[in-house]
Amino acid sequence: MALQVRSYANALVLGVAGRLDQDNCEAFRADLMVHVERSAHDGGAVILDLRGLEYISSAGLRCFLLASRQAKAQHGRIFMAALQPMVAEIFEISHFNMVFQVFPTVREALAAASSEAAAAFDLT
Amino acid sequence: MTMRIRFWGTRGSIPVALTSYDIRDKLARALVEASGRTFASYEEAHAFASTELDFSITHTFGGHTPCVELDLGGEEYFVCDMGSGARPFGVHVLAKQSRRPATVNVFMSHVHWDHIMGFPFFGPAYVPGTTIRIHSCHDVCEQAFRLQQAAPCFPVAFSQLAASIEFVKLEPDTPHEVSGLTVTPHLQLHSGDSFGYRFEKDGKRVVYSTDSEHKLENRAEAEGFAAFFRDADVVIFDAMYALADAISVKADWGHSSNIVGVELCQMANARHLVLFHHEPANDDATLEGLLKEARRFEELTRSGEPLKVSAAYDGLEIEP
Repeated sequence: MALQVRSYANALVLGVAGRLDQDNCEAFRADLMVHVERSAHDGGAVILDLRGLEYISSAGLRCFLLASRQAKAQHGRIFMAALQPMVAEIFEISHFNMVFQVFPTVREALAAASSEAAAAFDLT
Repeated sequence: MTMRIRFWGTRGSIPVALTSYDIRDKLARALVEASGRTFASYEEAHAFASTELDFSITHTFGGHTPCVELDLGGEEYFVCDMGSGARPFGVHVLAKQSRRPATVNVFMSHVHWDHIMGFPFFGPAYVPGTTIRIHSCHDVCEQAFRLQQAAPCFPVAFSQLAASIEFVKLEPDTPHEVSGLTVTPHLQLHSGDSFGYRFEKDGKRVVYSTDSEHKLENRAEAEGFAAFFRDADVVIFDAMYALADAISVKADWGHSSNIVGVELCQMANARHLVLFHHEPANDDATLEGLLKEARRFEELTRSGEPLKVSAAYDGLEIEP
């Protein structure tokens, strides 16, 4: 599962697509952690753009949780954005909607990260 | 002969009881639901309560700690764990035996207090001629049973019990024949270790898997449990928490979630998942919510035959 990477001021947007489950979550987690360590620190934010994510299992949700812990330890943030209805329902069912900040769109997540990030997005 | 599972205790960690507040709350919610309705008789009101109200209004999941009976229809009794549910189970045994001594086969997941606390109140242990065989994979099983009845914690010492009590050590991942029932224990992740049991008889397969945490990063572990649950008719599963709690603030507490229960049963092609070992802090409405969420998750992720999902409650009886 390749991550699509875009940068807006102090925010990094990572596009996640396909299925995230026990078959591919360890490789995904390794990729994700590299970006989180580099970008989600000292006020910086990583935004996971989930519009292409079709399914996520408990193992995939755990990857998000570990990334969030890493970001917090570095004084950074992780936001979720643009969940498809089925993935949004899985977040609710598993109570992960109470763990992460979830936004309807990437633009809204960027605005929560910083006004500079939202402005940079608006210029594209 | 038909196998039947009776749940005498389904709560985890410590017994809980409905309070006066809880009962008033249920009555008030029922009255709100019935708003504008009139009932000419008790039967009409009962029918309304039975068919139109949520389980959490008309029932309670109950408060006894783990004790689950497998009724094989024969002379001997088979039961998993001796939580506080062992007290009403003992009353049932005494009533059914009608003064005849019983033979009771116990299978212990582990010896944490919530799984042994009912034994001092298990009536048949006080009846001469009764045989109790306590099966376990733990070396400390007998020590734990004796310790909880030692002074100054309890007035009757274990050695004073009238029944003949035998401790039987089982080997994990090895099928054992116990009075016609095939029993296979399996090691589980829990403080001090716990063991699940797979029971097989006449083509029926029942798995009792409580006090078991599942580390999601370990694929081999998941596959091991899928093999242990394989094609089970019923899987009784530790679903103490919602997934987010189980893998964040309550990670390493030795318990699992409703969501992981669905995933493992789907991997195993099991037929019926029974959520078990309920969190004592959860009220009936919260537990009903966790059940509904598990059922919805099963619908969303179903790829083959449907998996039936239930939540255990004290008094539930099911046939595999």
